[in-house]
Amino acid sequence: MIGIYVPGDSLLHHLPAWAKVLGLVVSCTVLVLLGSLAALAGFSAFVAILYVVSGVGFTAAWAQIRPLRWFALVLFVMQFVLMGLDTAVVSTLRIVLAVALAGLVTLTTRFADMMTFFERCFGPLRGVGVDPFRVSLLLSLTVRSVPVISALATRVREAQRARGVSWSMRAFAIPLVVSALRHADALGEALSARGLDD
Amino acid sequence: MIEFTDVHVRLGRRDVLSGITLSLTERRVGVVGANGSGKSTLARLINGLAMPTSGTVTVLGHDTRRHAARIRREVGFLFTDPDAQIVMPTVAEDVAFSLRRKGLSAAEVADRVEQVLSRHGLADHADHPAHQLSGGQKQLLALCSVLVLEPRILIMDEPTTLLDLRHSRVVAELLAELPQQVVVVTHDLGLLDSFDRVLVLDEGRIVADGLPSSAIDHYRKLMS
Ligand SMILES: Nc1ncnc2c1ncn2[C@@H]1O[C@H](COP(=O)(O)OP(=O)(O)O)[C@@H](O)[C@H]1O
Ligand SMILES: [Mg+2]
Repeated sequence: MIGIYVPGDSLLHHLPAWAKVLGLVVSCTVLVLLGSLAALAGFSAFVAILYVVSGVGFTAAWAQIRPLRWFALVLFVMQFVLMGLDTAVVSTLRIVLAVALAGLVTLTTRFADMMTFFERCFGPLRGVGVDPFRVSLLLSLTVRSVPVISALATRVREAQRARGVSWSMRAFAIPLVVSALRHADALGEALSARGLDD
Repeated sequence: MIEFTDVHVRLGRRDVLSGITLSLTERRVGVVGANGSGKSTLARLINGLAMPTSGTVTVLGHDTRRHAARIRREVGFLFTDPDAQIVMPTVAEDVAFSLRRKGLSAAEVADRVEQVLSRHGLADHADHPAHQLSGGQKQLLALCSVLVLEPRILIMDEPTTLLDLRHSRVVAELLAELPQQVVVVTHDLGLLDSFDRVLVLDEGRIVADGLPSSAIDHYRKLMS
């Protein structure tokens, strides 16, 4: 959920959300079934072409994979030691490609469209008391809160540095939790004010 | 039309507002007062976010105690911190989100969103992530998300407190053009020059009420 929509006019941008999620599921299945290096090389080319077609740019593409780099490295080294080079390349590549594809879906799908799609998926659960609107609202608030909370964290850290306080988990966590709760409170009130709590 | 009849608000052991009786019909109403004097509480009473402990608040002919949901549809509220109001990841999505329960078609929603964003200079940012906007742009976005619902009354609680001078001016100019009745809580006294009426609150009571010049004079004396 780190990828945020990059506006564009490509074929991928115009596909409906359900088609992209379906495509993602199918591709990941294919990815698991592919075992040979040559097949995976072909698949990598396929993913690369999709990225080019989408026109999201290199920075956005790299941002999808980057968080994975250390994990991929560790995985690769372990597999290499235990199972040899071929297996290590195949299994690491599989994970990187799956993440890249998932990233491509989030990069080319407006969040609101994704929400509508989720709401439809959760629709059948209405009978057992799940409100699809609330589920998708929760998802969007979560995505929206990531930058807000990380800005709060930066502010808390800077305030402490300014006072010359040395690093302490407690001195960091307590003001952060307090300001996060205050933010949640304000958010709830703003939702009521927008008439979205009924 | 906003009416307070002998309104008291008690929170915990504190009388936050006492004996407020008011009838607000002017198009531009300002509220000033020291921190903790009860300004936010007064503002929140108007759209039913807060309820009087005794007395009644009537907005557009409806008692807020009985018709809170309906009143919120007619009364928009702009808070100080835009980060707490923006709930969707991108600009256009956040504005569209306000219209979710209106039963409009996707095309109508897109149309209204586009209109309000271009009127307030955010059209070029429609697909930008909200967190990448400047503070002033965020406040404009929050305002767009309120205005797209075409409220008949707009309440603003310190809308410019977190903004720089330039963005405060943008909000002030915008305010001057809005057709609806607006009630603004603020410390930005310059904003109130062109207002029709200014209320001064002190410890939960209205201590001055009148034209900006005389009310602000009173407020300055109170603070010195
Ligand atoms: N939920 C609450 N419980 C108890 N006291 C509160 C609560 N909310 C606000 N207050 C108190 O009410 C007083 C007025 O608050 P407020 O209306 O926010 O003032 P202002 O906006 O003028 O700064 C303050 O002293 C505040 O501490
Ligand atoms: Mg206040």
